Amino acid sequence: MGKYVVRRLLMMIPTFLGATLIIFYLSFALPGDPTAGRCGERPCPASYVEWFRSHYGLDKPFLVQYGIYMGRLLTGDLGTNYYGNTVIHELAIRYPTTLKLAVIAIVAEILIGIGAGILAGIRRGRFIDSLVTISTLVVIAIPVFVLGSLAQMVFGIKLKWFPVTAGDGTWGQLLLPGLVLGSLYVAYVARLTRTNLVENLRADYVRTAYAKGMQPARAIGLHALRNSLLPSITYIGASFGALLGGAIVTERIFNINGVGSLIYRSISQRDGTTLVGAVVVIVVIYMVMTLLVDLLYGLLDPRLRHE
Amino acid sequence: MLTRPRALAAAAVSALLLMSVASCGSGDNTTTPTNSAASTGNSVTSGGEITVRGCTPQNSLLPPNTSEVCGGNVLDASEAKLVHYTPDDAAPELDVAASIDTTDSVHWTVKLNDGYMFQDGTQVKAKNFVDAWNWGAACSSAQLNSYFFAPIAGFTDPSGDGCNTADTMSGLAVVDDLTFTITTTSPTSNLVVRLGYTAFAPQPDAFFADTSEGKANFAKLPIAAGPYQIVKNDDTQMVLQKFAGYSGKFPGSVDKVTFKIYNDTSAAYNDVVANNLDLTDVIPSDQLVGDAWKTDLVNSDGTNRWGTKDTGVIQVLTYSAVDAQLKNTSLRQAISLGWDRAQVTKAVFNNARTPATGWVSPVADGYKADQCTNCVFDAAKAKQLYDAAGGYKGTFLIWVNGDGGHDAWAQAVCNQLKNNLGMECAVQTTPDFKTLRNKITKRDADLTGMYRGGWQMDYPSIENFLAPIYATGASSNDGDYSNPAFDQLLVDAAAATTNDAANKLYQQAEALLDKDMPSMPLWYQQSQFGFSSKIKSVKMTPFSTFDFGSVVMN
Repeated sequence: MGKYVVRRLLMMIPTFLGATLIIFYLSFALPGDPTAGRCGERPCPASYVEWFRSHYGLDKPFLVQYGIYMGRLLTGDLGTNYYGNTVIHELAIRYPTTLKLAVIAIVAEILIGIGAGILAGIRRGRFIDSLVTISTLVVIAIPVFVLGSLAQMVFGIKLKWFPVTAGDGTWGQLLLPGLVLGSLYVAYVARLTRTNLVENLRADYVRTAYAKGMQPARAIGLHALRNSLLPSITYIGASFGALLGGAIVTERIFNINGVGSLIYRSISQRDGTTLVGAVVVIVVIYMVMTLLVDLLYGLLDPRLRHE
Repeated sequence: MLTRPRALAAAAVSALLLMSVASCGSGDNTTTPTNSAASTGNSVTSGGEITVRGCTPQNSLLPPNTSEVCGGNVLDASEAKLVHYTPDDAAPELDVAASIDTTDSVHWTVKLNDGYMFQDGTQVKAKNFVDAWNWGAACSSAQLNSYFFAPIAGFTDPSGDGCNTADTMSGLAVVDDLTFTITTTSPTSNLVVRLGYTAFAPQPDAFFADTSEGKANFAKLPIAAGPYQIVKNDDTQMVLQKFAGYSGKFPGSVDKVTFKIYNDTSAAYNDVVANNLDLTDVIPSDQLVGDAWKTDLVNSDGTNRWGTKDTGVIQVLTYSAVDAQLKNTSLRQAISLGWDRAQVTKAVFNNARTPATGWVSPVADGYKADQCTNCVFDAAKAKQLYDAAGGYKGTFLIWVNGDGGHDAWAQAVCNQLKNNLGMECAVQTTPDFKTLRNKITKRDADLTGMYRGGWQMDYPSIENFLAPIYATGASSNDGDYSNPAFDQLLVDAAAATTNDAANKLYQQAEALLDKDMPSMPLWYQQSQFGFSSKIKSVKMTPFSTFDFGSVVMN
């Protein structure tokens, strides 16, 4: 187990280097000089362009820039963006909001997704099953920007049940966007849970449990469900990693000051420093979440234990 | 406020067709505005707090380094300048200055009002202007707006970089605490109009005491002399508090103005509809269709909570400097004549744009209507000119940036040209404004046909719509237009002794553009804005900013 963790941690190093190199290259390769258009229709004064390029190291060759960046990164310095704020500071004020949003989405996944999946699974072929199957299909088919704008229009503006936007990032404000963001994952979790449950209910060991005279609730709850939830838990864990990467579309619609809107802004302003910084953090989070999920998997299924 | 390449932000954000920028040049106008009492709302003191749509400034919040809307909107409310523009028609009135006198449009004497205070309690003195301008102009400060100081004598720029290689300008001299003199390199008759631009704001002693790089510490919460003080400035909001010690003539009305940062103009609009936000200066383009916004923004008692304002913005398509076929003037005229502006503004913008009849916005001083005879739709004449010129070989391209909502009108123009002239036409969209600007600046070889440009005036003068864009070698001369007669008229106009004489010369210069057609005027822009039920009325200025002195609360 310990060995496995160490091995996985070591594997993170080349992954991390590779990911940052690609991200750095991509932000470097974005068309459009950061100073182009900065002064509107008029070219910026040469002194400003020169200062800008040397201040942000844009005048150096790509690999040198990357080397300098990685050197700074080792000391925990993610750089300063074009607006003059440190990237660490920008991320620090945005992460709590993105985390809250992710938690709301995850809670919805667990409660609604697994709940609906179980209901549909044990009542296979009945009305509730069809309802879950069809409604999840609809949610999966609708793009999130449609869903988000629709929810904002109906529940925010027309019915006034929820705040229209979530600029302050309070739990109350984030509830609606969190549900919108989580809806796609909820649908997948429900379908995943249902399918696995249906399959396991037909498995020999469940039939045996029934044959032994075990109560259906116990047979389903203790035996079938425990096995059926494994893939769902993996999925939920992985989606948590994705959610922590910020949600560009949802954050824009609801004006949430999270990591997604930061990434969007830095792309449109060609602010490579912020972009790389934010994505580097996301890469790390993703790697850690994947590791945790893999470890959790071993705990839940003895056959997969990492000895 | 002139500042605005406000367009930048707006374009990126996609709601406006705006784009634009700043400028300088030479001008005219010898009359100094009179020291009239403020014409705006100082009698309206209603207190209260409002929230306003804001966006993230792209640079540190310093007047010489702010040339886009996001920072400009905030500095507009916090900075006092020598000259203030009236919110109704952008006419210049004296603000910090008690008088600005000249006899020859070269030597100017500026007297300041006594007792004008910075927000840290120090007095605004002559040296606060002189030192601030010297700093803003110097190459070593690397400020975006440094070229605004170019008319001042001693501005040394041998390589045309747009900044002063020396640390000071000899044309500025402090006489006493409340008097300083400005000497310009050549006659600059509209100097007074220019001095209301944000870059010309004074800086307190605290600014010069700041030793951080680029005055970064000072710029976090800049101290200015205007009616509002910036008390909080972070990534999600900028808070402005009414400055209790404000002694000028243009006080604010509400006590507190909070700019809330929005990444998306639709989110801000929806918040205004739901009364969660009090003011937005941008209405998303999808709401303009069928005037949806006018039905959304109505109070329960039936009164409107929206408004429009003609702004000093003109949109043009510039004939490509790299397209050899377009050297033919009658071909350029044919293309401009060959489509109906009124039809496009109606179909695409629901008349929220006004078809252009010249190269100068009606908001500007010196505007003359119907200067562009080639802007009047005439399919028969267009076709005749087009055929006589031998037509356009290959596909004619119209280049627009994809992040500003320009596709629809560009497509409409293309279709009309196809139908009326029988030419092949296609719209080319770049991913965003930066990419388009990058291509234009490099005069990219594949950039044939026409490319979009928008100009937002820096100051309300006809000169600002001509000199920076069409003078030979001017910084924003995207089409490489060059006509010695045009250049000479600009020089003559700048040296004219009266404003009227200068404007007449500028109008003659504009008439030359009609002959040469370096670009094709499209339309003048109008800004739309919305407000919450909390507000009874508010004025938008011709620069698309709000005048917080005119807010009346319900």
